Amino acid sequence: MTDQNRKILVLGALSAMARESARVQAGKGASLYLVGRDGEALRAEADDLRVRGAGTVDTLAMDLTDTIQTDTILANASAALGGLDTILLFYGVLGDQAGAETDPGEAARIMDVTYTSAAQWVLAGARHLEAGAKSRGVLMTASSVAGDRGRRSNFVYGSAKAGLSVLMQGLAHKWGGLDDAPRAVNLKLGFVDTPMTSDVEKGGPLWASPEDIAAIVDRAIEKSGPTVYAPWFWRFIMLAVRATPHFIFKRVNL
Amino acid sequence: MTDPFRTETGHKSWGRVVEGEHQVARPRRTGAVRDLLHQAGDRGLTALAYGLGRSYGDSNLNPGGALIETRGLDRFIALDVEARVLRAEAGVSFDDILRAIVPHGLFLPTVPGTRYVTLGGAIANDVHGKNHHSAGSFGRHVRSIRLERSDRGIQDVTRETDPELFAATIGGLGLTGIILEAEIDLVPIASAFIDQRTEALTGVDHFFDIAETRAQEHEHTVAWIDCTASGDRLGQGVLSCGDWADEGALTPHPAKAGPALPVDLPGFALNPLTLKTFNLAYRKRQLMKPARARIHYSGFFHPLDSVRDWNRLYGARGFYQYQSVIGFETAREATRAMLTRIAASGLGSFLAVLKTFGEYAPEGVLSFPKQGATLALDFANTGEHTLSLMADLDRIVAEAGGRLYPAKDGRMSAGMFKAGYPDWTRVEAMRDPLLSSQFWRRVTDD
Repeated sequence: MTDQNRKILVLGALSAMARESARVQAGKGASLYLVGRDGEALRAEADDLRVRGAGTVDTLAMDLTDTIQTDTILANASAALGGLDTILLFYGVLGDQAGAETDPGEAARIMDVTYTSAAQWVLAGARHLEAGAKSRGVLMTASSVAGDRGRRSNFVYGSAKAGLSVLMQGLAHKWGGLDDAPRAVNLKLGFVDTPMTSDVEKGGPLWASPEDIAAIVDRAIEKSGPTVYAPWFWRFIMLAVRATPHFIFKRVNL
Repeated sequence: MTDPFRTETGHKSWGRVVEGEHQVARPRRTGAVRDLLHQAGDRGLTALAYGLGRSYGDSNLNPGGALIETRGLDRFIALDVEARVLRAEAGVSFDDILRAIVPHGLFLPTVPGTRYVTLGGAIANDVHGKNHHSAGSFGRHVRSIRLERSDRGIQDVTRETDPELFAATIGGLGLTGIILEAEIDLVPIASAFIDQRTEALTGVDHFFDIAETRAQEHEHTVAWIDCTASGDRLGQGVLSCGDWADEGALTPHPAKAGPALPVDLPGFALNPLTLKTFNLAYRKRQLMKPARARIHYSGFFHPLDSVRDWNRLYGARGFYQYQSVIGFETAREATRAMLTRIAASGLGSFLAVLKTFGEYAPEGVLSFPKQGATLALDFANTGEHTLSLMADLDRIVAEAGGRLYPAKDGRMSAGMFKAGYPDWTRVEAMRDPLLSSQFWRRVTDD
């Protein structure tokens, strides 16, 4: 263990991608502070990460849509870690598109979880890293290619991820113009085989595993640019999707 | 709530001969397994745990029933470096375990020829390694097992608390309950490197003449045999021995597996000529290596792990693995008889392995290893030709008082199984009534 080891806050630590990412970082000796909803499950992950080589691992069970005390929680995490330098935000809810169109409650749930609360954590995290870790700091979010172009099957979720992506883009723009500023990295995920997508037929070359994503997260922490398509080929798929004229796109059942 | 079971047809065992339709569930927490068992029971299905799918035949498949995939149960629970004890969920792989423990100067007490097995699978098949003569099988190093049973709920089983259930579970093919967690002993290593000794074997007699001596001299021994050789050269091969190096870095194997075999090799690629050529070239290559060398454990224990999906070498029809063990009194003659029959068949494997097992008493009721010599071979599935060859080998093994390894088998007869494992009824008595496998139905039905 050296001071080079990362001190990482994981928001939404029980998602499949977060778990795999935490394992990779634990294997490199990082210390972790895991935040998620289920305290017992978090403790099991913490035990696991310690065996895999993590420095310290602490957990906090809470509902992340509760954003009143973000600054306090970040300060607590930083104290537990001995200085926080990396924030990984993984949570979001795909929800039910048809439900969101008919039920304002479902729409609010998708937007609150995926954008409103996530944005508050990003802004609080930005304040914290600007004041503390500075150029060593990394703030990474897991967004989605669903935010690149609205489509009928998931545009409420997509709009929330679009909001998150623009927020991160703006933060990267701000930090990019400063010396000694942290880095903002936004992952735009394609299809990932996780419980979130358990009702979807899977298989084929477009599907990535949580392990694949964890490797991309690992690179993102060290050096990636502000927007990372994960895996990389989604950059070109989405280029084509965005470039497709409306009169054609409307006929495509996506 | 969505149905945790999905109908899937993609599950095959490693030999890729057996497949079938299963209702598949993928729990992410050990706490979810109880409800899955009940749901399977409510639907009138039997169930079976499925890990990394490295069993070759049909002991890890349950067509028509449920499979509970254990790969989501892959958390470490505790590692006590001082006491050298590890506790983990059953779906943790040996690959993961070694990466976590090697930096602490610890190793698994024994490892099979691949790291891609789960902890639960290693217990359920009581796996062995190149150090059987010095360490026994894996089950010997298991301290306790947590089972989820459909009839009794969670059971924490040790040799002391429930010796009969423990003995039935070690090598029990996953039939005595879904293994949720286990606690095992680890062994110390001074480095991640093995001092390897390589020497030519001129034939069957040469192997049996020196095997005992080499087993006393070295912690790890294994022989590769050219099963295409006949006559004077019958049983020619290469003997490889190894011991942990006294010094060196404690570097685990790299996280990423090597390149995968992208396609099935066409069936005609495997014929007597290519097999002979491969075996000759392999022998040459092995013997060109220095007689003594220091190599990383991954190259010594798991050379095949560097090619993912190597099982596709045998083409779309898959292959059978055949592994026997025969007591020393009859092993020499029986091995000669088997190799003669195999060479005459023109069928044969890329890698035939011959090794001696030590005197450790079998740890579980259905544990495969027993004192004697074990021969393991792959045979491409060419239908009747392959089956009749294996039927002939069965006769040799049975006459010599030997038995076959259930983890490798997809076709032995009930009679062959029961003769090799006369105590099998003790496992049947301890079996969770909800659990079954195609293998178990096949070898226990009369």
